[in-house]
Amino acid sequence: MDFNENLPIYMQIMNLIKSKMAAGEINGGDKLPSVRELSKELKVNPNTIQRAYQELEREELVFTQRGMGTFVTEDIEVIKNLRKNMATDLVNRFFMEMKKLGFNSTEVKNIVLDWIEGEERE
Amino acid sequence: MKNIVEIKGLTKKYFNKVALNNINLNIEEGRVVGVLGPNGSGKTTLIKILTGLLRQTAGEVFIDGKPVGVYTKSIVSYLPDRNFLYKWMKIEDAMNLYKDFYADFDEGKFNDLLTFMKLEKSMRIDALSKGMHEKLNLSLVLARNAKLYILDEPIAGVDPVARDQILDAIINNYNEKSSMLITTHLVRDMESILDEVVFLKEGNIILQGNAEALREERGKQIDDIYKEVFGEWGDSNA
Repeated sequence: MDFNENLPIYMQIMNLIKSKMAAGEINGGDKLPSVRELSKELKVNPNTIQRAYQELEREELVFTQRGMGTFVTEDIEVIKNLRKNMATDLVNRFFMEMKKLGFNSTEVKNIVLDWIEGEERE
Repeated sequence: MKNIVEIKGLTKKYFNKVALNNINLNIEEGRVVGVLGPNGSGKTTLIKILTGLLRQTAGEVFIDGKPVGVYTKSIVSYLPDRNFLYKWMKIEDAMNLYKDFYADFDEGKFNDLLTFMKLEKSMRIDALSKGMHEKLNLSLVLARNAKLYILDEPIAGVDPVARDQILDAIINNYNEKSSMLITTHLVRDMESILDEVVFLKEGNIILQGNAEALREERGKQIDDIYKEVFGEWGDSNA
């Protein structure tokens, strides 16, 4: 993974894990890799991984069990909310960019509808 | 947290030239600190003082609470930026030399590192490529159970595959009880493994801090901050 965004690396790692949770690649109750494992995999300082896990815990997306590791929350509502928030963020960004390009709401709506139709035809 | 390194008011002059000017720096246990700066900024002078190869003009340096001397040399593992092994040696001879010299040399760890680096004990030093040299030297240095590892330009001049192996070896051998001080001007490749960064320019620390805090505060990567800070110098190595 390349950490080229202008965001602190721990946030980029949080976003990576959040995406996997939202996409259902990792599910409620799943164990996350240990700090050391993820550090090796991503080639990132272990203290940075630790920080990412701490922040995820603060957001109540994961929990730590002493001596066992870090686990994804079992609260389905929390994961549902996470998905919804991530979707809202994406849509907001999309609309902002489209506005910058000079599209009005109707045009955007038609583009989106066309795209969905195309997708369904495939 | 405990400081492994404490540097207070460190100054080094070569006759009239000031190589280091009133440097203050602490390194906590379990931290990886990057000392960043172009050639001639004072990085190597700083390292030579920490390893006892040079004496400071003024100021104090403590490693694990002791002034630089016999004890600190026994707990500091140093990777110089040049080759330090005899050409007639095989890798096995180099290992034996380290075993004789350093009580904290861990042969098992060395063997694991060799395997990881795809090197063989029967290889001759003078037949190694630059990347293999660097990998061997790093294996020797990391195989010691030291409190402080000092790595001077560990990835300079090696190809991208060897570079990745070297970075992996550094991360795999990280432990909470030791610290690492790494000098580099290849910031992009190294920045994700650094906890803290120190920018050295003409012997002065011009910026210092937690790498994540700097990224957050400036909305930039350390590599971009480096270019901003040193850009006016047009350092082509950066």
